[in-house]
Amino acid sequence: MADPPLALLAELTHRCPLACPYCSNPTELVAKGAELDTATWARLFREAADLGVLQLHLSGGEPAARHDLADLVRAAREAGLYTNLITSGIGLTGARLAALEAAGLDHVQLSVQGVTAEVSDRIGGYRGGFERKMQVAAEIARLGLPLTLNAVMHRDNLDDLPATIDLAERLGARRIEVACVQFQGWALVNRARLQPTPAQVERAKAVVRAAQERLRGRLVIDFVPPDYHSDYPKPCMNGWGSTGLNIAPDGTVLPCHAAQTIPGLSFENATVTPLARIWHEGAAFNAFRGTGWMPEPCRSCARREIDFGGCRCQAMAILGDARAPDPVCRKTQGRAALDALLAAEAGHEGAFVYRRA
Amino acid sequence: MTAASDIPVLPRGVRLHPDRVRGLTVLLAPERVLTIDATGAAILSRVDGRRSIGEIAADLARAYAAPAEVIAPDVIDFLQDLAEKRMVDLRHG
Repeated sequence: MADPPLALLAELTHRCPLACPYCSNPTELVAKGAELDTATWARLFREAADLGVLQLHLSGGEPAARHDLADLVRAAREAGLYTNLITSGIGLTGARLAALEAAGLDHVQLSVQGVTAEVSDRIGGYRGGFERKMQVAAEIARLGLPLTLNAVMHRDNLDDLPATIDLAERLGARRIEVACVQFQGWALVNRARLQPTPAQVERAKAVVRAAQERLRGRLVIDFVPPDYHSDYPKPCMNGWGSTGLNIAPDGTVLPCHAAQTIPGLSFENATVTPLARIWHEGAAFNAFRGTGWMPEPCRSCARREIDFGGCRCQAMAILGDARAPDPVCRKTQGRAALDALLAAEAGHEGAFVYRRA
Repeated sequence: MTAASDIPVLPRGVRLHPDRVRGLTVLLAPERVLTIDATGAAILSRVDGRRSIGEIAADLARAYAAPAEVIAPDVIDFLQDLAEKRMVDLRHG
């Protein structure tokens, strides 16, 4: 039997006032009418805790678009879950944050699209967004809620990384996630436009190393590198079906947020099937669990339990085969296809395709 | 540098949690789950925002009948490591 999961990402809604061109939501969004109600989410939080989940990430879309957000936080805490809110900040006010705090919210992860209103509002596709985010950050600091700044980085803002880390310090964040865009969902549509240059990536790595040293014990810096520029794939989801699961707004249970891009997998709904059964016995969760599914060269690779063959959705997106090794890996034949894409798309100057319903 | 006079405290958003499914004690923090062994649990259960590291080590020495000068460096190492991860705050006493 598989080990129990540690984390649940609850996509409470796909609705969002922002239109970021790198959004990780699927290009087919779930409509408001199909969203789970408060009582159903509360039941799923209890099922998740019984299954072994310790940390709950309330995400979206924008979770603040749900009017029952404080009730959901309370239900999560009553279930015994560590409760993290992943938000753009839009839709939160001082009063709503105070209600979330009273409901037991443990931590807030606030996204930023840039360090100036010009960049931030252009990327988010939402005028006035940056100013609202700064107000929300000030309210979070006033309440004393622990804050992570989630800085999503790509070609247009990666050179602002030093200023982004400064912003995290200035806002009183305890942690910053320098999350370079991973190419799934809307980001895949905009890949050529978002892909950083190799020189940008090298500079960013040096900036992160120096900042981690300088800010040790003050600001935790987690760096998610742009994986097309790496030699080895990311340990996607820390191994399929090993650590975490996602529930989409309509109750569909997914091994990762992009799993629906893999044809042939069928996904169960938590309103019909108990979460524990989906986790342990669901065909989608068992499809790439462990190392038994792996082809060569992964199967005999010394890194097979380090990166778990990388990302299945990326193998699907680039090679058209979810069972292939992640083409980021330089030990695989697929890498040539990835390098060809990088070369073909370098310096692309198109317009963003913004996320839309 | 961490000193025996420093007073450790668990910051908001970091808490010890009995993991009933796995039968473990874990320390929960933003994007982090740390398994805490019996020694770690003995230390963290004494972190109350009032006692210094030295006082915690002395209390552990009494509880486990071991010399405080042997225990203190381990307590400092453990808490300093958590402080670097921002899972413990150290106030200079």
